[in-house]
Amino acid sequence: MTTEKIQLPPARYEYGGDEFVFVELDQAMSLEANFAGMAVTNALRQEVIDGVVDICPSNASYMVQIDPDRLDPRELVEELRRLESTVGTLPDDYVLKTRVVDVPVLFNDPWTHETLMRFRDRHQDPDATDLEYAARINGFDSVQGVVDAMTSAPWIVTMLGFVPGLPFCYQLVPRQRQIQVPKYVRPRTDTPERTFGFGGAFAVVYPVRGAGGYQMFGMAPAPVFDLSQSLPDFADDICFPKANDVLRYRAIDMAEFEATRSEVEKGTFRYRIREVEFEPATLLADPDAVNRELLEVLYR
Amino acid sequence: MSELRVRAGGLYTTVQDTGRFGHYHMGMPPSGAMDTYSAVVANMLVGNPDGAGVLEGTYIGPTLEFTDDRVVAVTGADVPVTLNDEPVEPWTAIRVRSGDVLGFAMIRAGCRAYVAVSGGIDVPVYLGSRSTYTLTGIGGHEGRKLADDESLPLGAADGPGPGGAAVPEDLRPDLTGTAQLRTVVGLCSYRLTEGGLASFLGTDWKVTKDADRVGYRLRGGTLDFTEREQPFGAGSDPANVVDLGYPIGSIQVPGGDEPIVLLNDAVTGGGYATIGTVISVDRDRIAQTKTGDAVRFDSVDLDTALAARRDRRERIERVRSRIAR
Repeated sequence: MTTEKIQLPPARYEYGGDEFVFVELDQAMSLEANFAGMAVTNALRQEVIDGVVDICPSNASYMVQIDPDRLDPRELVEELRRLESTVGTLPDDYVLKTRVVDVPVLFNDPWTHETLMRFRDRHQDPDATDLEYAARINGFDSVQGVVDAMTSAPWIVTMLGFVPGLPFCYQLVPRQRQIQVPKYVRPRTDTPERTFGFGGAFAVVYPVRGAGGYQMFGMAPAPVFDLSQSLPDFADDICFPKANDVLRYRAIDMAEFEATRSEVEKGTFRYRIREVEFEPATLLADPDAVNRELLEVLYR
Repeated sequence: MSELRVRAGGLYTTVQDTGRFGHYHMGMPPSGAMDTYSAVVANMLVGNPDGAGVLEGTYIGPTLEFTDDRVVAVTGADVPVTLNDEPVEPWTAIRVRSGDVLGFAMIRAGCRAYVAVSGGIDVPVYLGSRSTYTLTGIGGHEGRKLADDESLPLGAADGPGPGGAAVPEDLRPDLTGTAQLRTVVGLCSYRLTEGGLASFLGTDWKVTKDADRVGYRLRGGTLDFTEREQPFGAGSDPANVVDLGYPIGSIQVPGGDEPIVLLNDAVTGGGYATIGTVISVDRDRIAQTKTGDAVRFDSVDLDTALAARRDRRERIERVRSRIAR
């Protein structure tokens, strides 16, 4: 199936105090907005401007941290506007080289269930679980329906942040098939480590225990953050996910959850990872075809 | 190797320096001393480089025993400091020898005291910094706050130093009264109604008990959001936006009645509308507020923010030249 092309509004440039420039590409989420941010931040990274401390792409926006003693924020904004007008979109023949990863998730697990029951007073629907609520407001007859939708097509990491290594993932399906939920009315003060969470149109895995505002649907047996770097996938970095990774969330049962946990504890667990490349333009034109290819490569 | 004995860790004491930069894009905040000015000046007093490791004590400071000849200085919050139970001057370089014990009484004003020791607190450098980030247990002393009865490594000092150098009164921060936080309004401030923004700037906000190195939650008013059809991917609550990056110092208002100012251990992004950013210089000031203190947000433009930054740098250089004399 094909999707309608989304036209982005002019970017909005804002100063986050004296040390940050925030650029909103669109108020709404779309792959087009994310790819536009990728184009500009890639170009900015290549320029290596003195005084740029960090470049932080986000879902439909991006942020640049600067040292204002070395770089005037106004000069940076001028440069970002120039980049927006010259390289503001990915060319049609742009090929994204990335990896596709199998990420197992136990939905309706006992640990997030225990936690969500403690915070019903902060939830939109205190009488339902987070997953029951998500199924209902997205028009599914059952929890299984919403789980099937989340696990049938892969997701792309469109932002890293909140805490180290947390991947914000956007599903590679047209808007009308995206699942959406609000965040908690008031953020929780507790979320278990490795919670599979959902907020807006984004799926996440919480790297560490802590506060959180996303709905809690399940738990991943494998970590996305490993400070000890004892697992082979963490040899080079304490965080596993990278920007633009394609993640396939796969529903598992308790037996597989426990088996994977014991592999993690023994230090032998490895994610199933395959190198892939695809054209974002092709993905936008025919997401189902590209998704089939991505999953075919992953489980070949 | 020489060490500093921690007899009592205090309420929440961590090793900090000027911060860990370049990892915000993967979700790691800079950490570092919350009150930069006080930490840098403390290092200056004892002859350390500006970015040497210092201790940041919160509310109740640590009790520290020295094991060799050093120079120590305490800056930041207004708190009585003692050496072997005798009062000593804050904002002043003090010579100490083996067996001397530095202690703190209750804070009179402010919230965070900084302790610099000549040679610096020499914990291992992690990703370019000695700063502690407790949420993930990174950096500092074992990634956590100090406990009672443990030791910290000290770096080599260039001789014991003369001691006696002091920061003049007019170069010490004024921590009394309502904290005025100069703020660049913007980011997603379009989410507030005109009245909401006026109320944000016109309210005396009180610091709640949820105030730590990640951020400060405030109470005192209610802000109205403009009605809109929520954009795709944001979530249905009026405070929800498509998840985006949060600048250090940025202010968000989940629910409309509890502004949160993010600080050095900030969460780096999320899905609540941000409405402005406290300028970098005034993060020093909010870091010296505690539960129950009042803060106000003053809207300023970028020029004012940059000028304030230049002013702080000049003040630091004035301290440096006064101490060198």
